[in-house]
Amino acid sequence: MESSILWEEALPGAATWSHVLKRGTALRLTDLEGGTNVGATFFNFENPTERFNLPDTLKAQHIARLTKGCVLYSDMGRILCSIMEDSLGWHDPLSGCSNAALVNKKYGEARYQQHRNQWHQNSKDNFFIELAKYGLRPRDLAANINLFSKVVVEEDGSLHFAMNHSTPGSFVELRAEMNVLVILNTCQHPLDPNPTYAPKPVQLTVKKVAAPGPDDPCRMFRPENGRGFTLTERYFL
Amino acid sequence: MPVAALQTSTRELRTAIYDKVVEAGDSFIHEIKQGQFFRIVDLEGNQAVDTLFYNAHDHADRYSAQDTIREQGNIYLTTGTRLFSSLGNVLLTIVADTCGRHDTLGGACAAESNMVRYDIGKRHMHACRNSFLKGILQWGQEFDKRDIAHNINFFMNVPVTPEGKLTFEDGLSEAGKYVELRAEMDVLVVISNCPQLNNPCNAYNPTPIRVLIWDANVL
Repeated sequence: MESSILWEEALPGAATWSHVLKRGTALRLTDLEGGTNVGATFFNFENPTERFNLPDTLKAQHIARLTKGCVLYSDMGRILCSIMEDSLGWHDPLSGCSNAALVNKKYGEARYQQHRNQWHQNSKDNFFIELAKYGLRPRDLAANINLFSKVVVEEDGSLHFAMNHSTPGSFVELRAEMNVLVILNTCQHPLDPNPTYAPKPVQLTVKKVAAPGPDDPCRMFRPENGRGFTLTERYFL
Repeated sequence: MPVAALQTSTRELRTAIYDKVVEAGDSFIHEIKQGQFFRIVDLEGNQAVDTLFYNAHDHADRYSAQDTIREQGNIYLTTGTRLFSSLGNVLLTIVADTCGRHDTLGGACAAESNMVRYDIGKRHMHACRNSFLKGILQWGQEFDKRDIAHNINFFMNVPVTPEGKLTFEDGLSEAGKYVELRAEMDVLVVISNCPQLNNPCNAYNPTPIRVLIWDANVL
């Protein structure tokens, strides 16, 4: 089956977006200007107590970065999304997201009353608001990843944000392996040292895609992923 | 922050107000008051102690691995590490550590993740997330699975490389090593004394730990 585009839309900087990405569809994200950051978290839409589990994702694949072939595990041993395509080779799973205190300290407060929709927003509060639209509470947010950003862990454990990582046209594509509530936020990465408040846009493309075959690169990435796909497929039997 | 900020405690065992052994594979849940000190002792060495902390008065305000590592700019926990909550508060501070390094990326083992990591037939082995659930279910009606987020693994060694690889390695801990924390607010601690037998996190032999509490300003 050829993939076919269902729709496209652009998210401005500091935007929050959500969608139930259906099994059999994929979401491509494309950096429009370079230097974007997209915080993302994931739930099984049918039972949102099943959600993205960061440690299970890292230890099942022996990774501290996300790239093509990697999958995003839920806490129930199933795969929420697979990374089918990636032009960057590194997306950050470790650093979490900005909160109001971090944004105020780094960029200064800019309130709606003076700045209208250019006010300074933070990622965590916007995740909480978007979750509430699905009846979910702050306790439902366990962790997020940061697409388009790279944070290197040195031998001593220290975290280092890589400058100029994502360029215009960089892309990553997530295939839904379940019916996945995807929540995205385009606030700046919490470790981005740029002192200027300048969140960047991202292009979203939702498309139909073929089911992963027996030789799918994400399935073959590690033996663990083979079992993860088996358990995910059993869920739909 | 140094890689291994080794620091001993001045508090003596005889002045502790609470002293309990948690057997291998058991769960433990207890409140620690603001200002109290909480020590976990690895009695026999190389035991992973999977631990969650909550604001005792608001369980949605809970330990956050991502906020903690980002705020200190380092993935390893040791003396001086402040444990941040999901709502940006400091729950506890590590004030003594004779092991030198603790993990917060490896998470807790689970029946479901064991199926993925080792074999689908491993579903029925004892696992930490079952112990976490047992602990919180006995604590109160308001607690459920959604309150179990990503934990600390005291005494566990999960190195990450600059190339982005992550592995579970033999522990750095030995018999008698301990970590001690000061509660910066009233907190609830939930421990699973890890029963994992499929990797070296417990040296393939889960063993007991000892937990102690001291009142504020007691040496």
